[in-house]
Amino acid sequence: MKIGVPKETHEGERRVATTPDVAVLIQKLGFEVAVESGAGAAAKFTDDAYLDAGAELVDDASSLYDQSDIILKVRAPGISECELLQEGQTLISFIQPGQNEELMNVLAARRISVLAMDSIPRISRAQKMDALSSMANIAGYRAVVEAAQHFGRFFTGQITAAGKIPPAKVLVIGAGVAGLSAIGAAKSMGAIVRAFDTRPEVKEQVESMDGEFLMLDFADEDGTGVGGYAKVMSAEFIEAEMKLFAEQAREVDIIITTALIPGKPAPELVTEEMVTSMKEGSVIVDLAAEMGGNCKLTEADKVLIKHGVTIIGYTDLPSRLATQSSQLYATNLRHLLTDLTPEKDGQININMDDEIIRGATVIKDGEITWPPPAPQISAAPAQPTAAPVVEKAEQKKRRPWGPLLALVAGAIAMLGIGSVAPPAFMSHFTVFVLACFVGYMVIWNVTPSLHTPLMSVTNAISSIIIIGALLEISSDNGLIVLLAAVSVLITSVNIFGGFAVTQRMLSMFRK
Amino acid sequence: MSQGIVTVAYIGAIILFILALGGLSTQETSRRGNLYGMSGMALALLATLIGVVSDNYFILFIGVLIGGSIGLLLAKKVEMTQMPELVAILHSLVGMAAVLVGFANFMDHTIVLTGVEKTIHDVETYLGILIGALTFSGSVVAFLKLSARISGKPLTLPFRHWFNLTLLLLAIWLCFRFVDLSAAGGGMLPLIAMTIISLVFGVHMVMAIGGADMPVVVSMLNSYSGWAAAATGFMLSNDLLIVVGALVGSSGAILSYIMCRAMNRNFISVIAGGFGTSGGEITEGSEGEAGEVVAIEAVEAAELLLEAKEVMIIPGYGMAVAQAQHVVNDITRKLRDKKINVRFGIHPVAGRMPGHMNVLLAEAKVPYDIVFELDEVNDDFPKVDVSIVIGANDIVNPAAQEVPDSPIAGMPVLECWKGKTTIVLKRSMATGYAGVANPLFYKENTKMLFGDARESLGAVFKHLE
Repeated sequence: MKIGVPKETHEGERRVATTPDVAVLIQKLGFEVAVESGAGAAAKFTDDAYLDAGAELVDDASSLYDQSDIILKVRAPGISECELLQEGQTLISFIQPGQNEELMNVLAARRISVLAMDSIPRISRAQKMDALSSMANIAGYRAVVEAAQHFGRFFTGQITAAGKIPPAKVLVIGAGVAGLSAIGAAKSMGAIVRAFDTRPEVKEQVESMDGEFLMLDFADEDGTGVGGYAKVMSAEFIEAEMKLFAEQAREVDIIITTALIPGKPAPELVTEEMVTSMKEGSVIVDLAAEMGGNCKLTEADKVLIKHGVTIIGYTDLPSRLATQSSQLYATNLRHLLTDLTPEKDGQININMDDEIIRGATVIKDGEITWPPPAPQISAAPAQPTAAPVVEKAEQKKRRPWGPLLALVAGAIAMLGIGSVAPPAFMSHFTVFVLACFVGYMVIWNVTPSLHTPLMSVTNAISSIIIIGALLEISSDNGLIVLLAAVSVLITSVNIFGGFAVTQRMLSMFRK
Repeated sequence: MSQGIVTVAYIGAIILFILALGGLSTQETSRRGNLYGMSGMALALLATLIGVVSDNYFILFIGVLIGGSIGLLLAKKVEMTQMPELVAILHSLVGMAAVLVGFANFMDHTIVLTGVEKTIHDVETYLGILIGALTFSGSVVAFLKLSARISGKPLTLPFRHWFNLTLLLLAIWLCFRFVDLSAAGGGMLPLIAMTIISLVFGVHMVMAIGGADMPVVVSMLNSYSGWAAAATGFMLSNDLLIVVGALVGSSGAILSYIMCRAMNRNFISVIAGGFGTSGGEITEGSEGEAGEVVAIEAVEAAELLLEAKEVMIIPGYGMAVAQAQHVVNDITRKLRDKKINVRFGIHPVAGRMPGHMNVLLAEAKVPYDIVFELDEVNDDFPKVDVSIVIGANDIVNPAAQEVPDSPIAGMPVLECWKGKTTIVLKRSMATGYAGVANPLFYKENTKMLFGDARESLGAVFKHLE
């Protein structure tokens, strides 16, 4: 089958759906690759590079669409592009079926199949095709770069001959892939980075990036929704959250917001009041601008200065790093194609039993198959953490009985022995019980790394049983002497062998 | 020499033995501890020799001479990887000695007891022989399993629990028979019958336990050899034996407990056996990860190591099998020279006996202050750049935490997948002793380096130049 990669038509879009490197790998799956002339120019991939990679160059879009079986794109097709699509073709690109109902109907009417890169389920196996994560990663990085561009100071703190430079303080709201990437980028530029997220389990991830996780002083409400995304929170929670942001806004220099809830307008987290309270020259980068923005004053695709604060609302951050994002996106696409062509024969098989392919396929032969059935497993291990808690509670309930019963049984047994046994036995018994306790105390102090020497030395001293043999060896009964002599022999093996090997081991433990 | 002086010598020996065990609490004092143990033993033997033994000195010395030479030879020749086998076979000797001493004492009629004292003495004799025989046959089987002379797979006979129960009931019934007959001057027959039953029970018990549980078995047998000595002590009314037996017995019991806890398993279920069916069915990971593994070459592994700042090495039984500890040390030294922080994370049940890995690393001269326990390092993994897993499987299996119905669920594991990269050295994709598939291998940050651990690490070492 032939794969066609047209030039993106959306204004300002610099990315391209495949790179020369990836084109080589796609051909290994048995496909032919055709690229519209100039498709990669904005992402710094020349036509010659595609030719070298074995791809065919096609001069105009319509003839490319005519000869291709599969179309790879970045952005969802515009209306004019939809008209080029022909029955039986397969389109793979970002679609956002939830927001683009009209587009979906148009595409379905063309009787084609559509796989949406943004609908790939977020399960571990699909991570390598998760284009949303790839793009979010780039957006997070670029957000910091944009912020730095508009921010009048260093990120890092320095003490110079010309005076002290305080480090910039960055607040990242929403610690998803983009947020974490922004934390990492800002941190590596030397800023003090704080982050907030409604999902408490990301605290660890934030801290792993060296960011400071802001805890909300609020009875725990978990903001984790299906598939590892955030969900809408209760009114009280939002109130507490807003209080925290208001406090932070007065203190920080840069706010990067990445809070998105799938299929819903972005939550408004930074009010006009907060913007007013920020220092002159502060910067807000709103990664949710496309969905209405986390900041009240954000306008999509614009850089505004309001109340002395620069508010950046670019919606095309990945496209502003076109070479990098094209590379990652092309690789994500390639992984999806690999899964689509299990035979590596250049024939795609839209296998609706495969969880990933089922999730990605939003239109199959002109029929809308979106939304897919809910993913079965959450990307975050929320359920497993719940289960052990229950188990522990049960154990606690059961616990008190076991030792108590054993203790009572033991006491009764002791009393039973004590009532019949002669005094001589009881004195030995006392010694025995005390020795057990001494052993218990001493052994717990032994360092685990010396457990093997411990076993060999206890083995050696348990050969003290040789005393029993010595007591018998002076008997005048020949058989007894024989038994005793054999005992002496084998316990001697043990005594000498045990101590010697212990010494040998211990002498190896060196600092 | 009077009985009083002998007793004083015994008290001295007891104190020395306790000091010996106490000395093992740190590496610095451990050698002195062992010397205490030796002097305690010498003191006890000397006192007994002078104070109690009155005849047959020649046979005695011959016995000690031959036995001692064999012991020293064994201690000198044994490879550190074979320590578990050696310890197991030495346990069997203690068990055997308990049996022989029990029989000798039973046949010795110089001390005449009557009534309750007689009954108690008989029960003590009976128990001493029973535990001794059990220890003996169990240790022999453990030795055979550990030295791979027989398969490590658990032998699961049908109705094996009923079989055990029958043996137990039979042993109890024989005990009553023995006490009755012994009061009348006989009793040899039930005693021998019991010994055979006990031997069979010991064999069956260890046969039913799988390779993964071997550390528990070895420490359990360690414990039994102590109890056998204690029972013999009761029989002989000798406090020294009782104390030493109790010390050793509780030591082994604590080790077994530690091992069980490290595998999140119940002691009873380990003893009941049947766990660790190697090569068993593959349990699906929680996320259905029949995913792809990423294999790398030694060069890439070396590059990863050189780029790292924090390296964690996680050895398992595979390192012992491949005798790779020396090249591990070479790599450690090289990386430390390059100011890379190298640490070792040791799981309590890594290897075939408690502390096995520590001994191997010590043999290869890895400094013990960079060797850490599971609890000490597990929280540090997010900061680790490269973890190297050498021939370990179940102890780094995320399924223990992620798959609630996994056979190893709840077992504490080294969380190496939380680090940046994990390099797993393995001969093939086979499952570990627990027979559970390991989702770690399919994680995105896991790289597999297939091949014999020693050869692979040797190649890595070459590329570190």
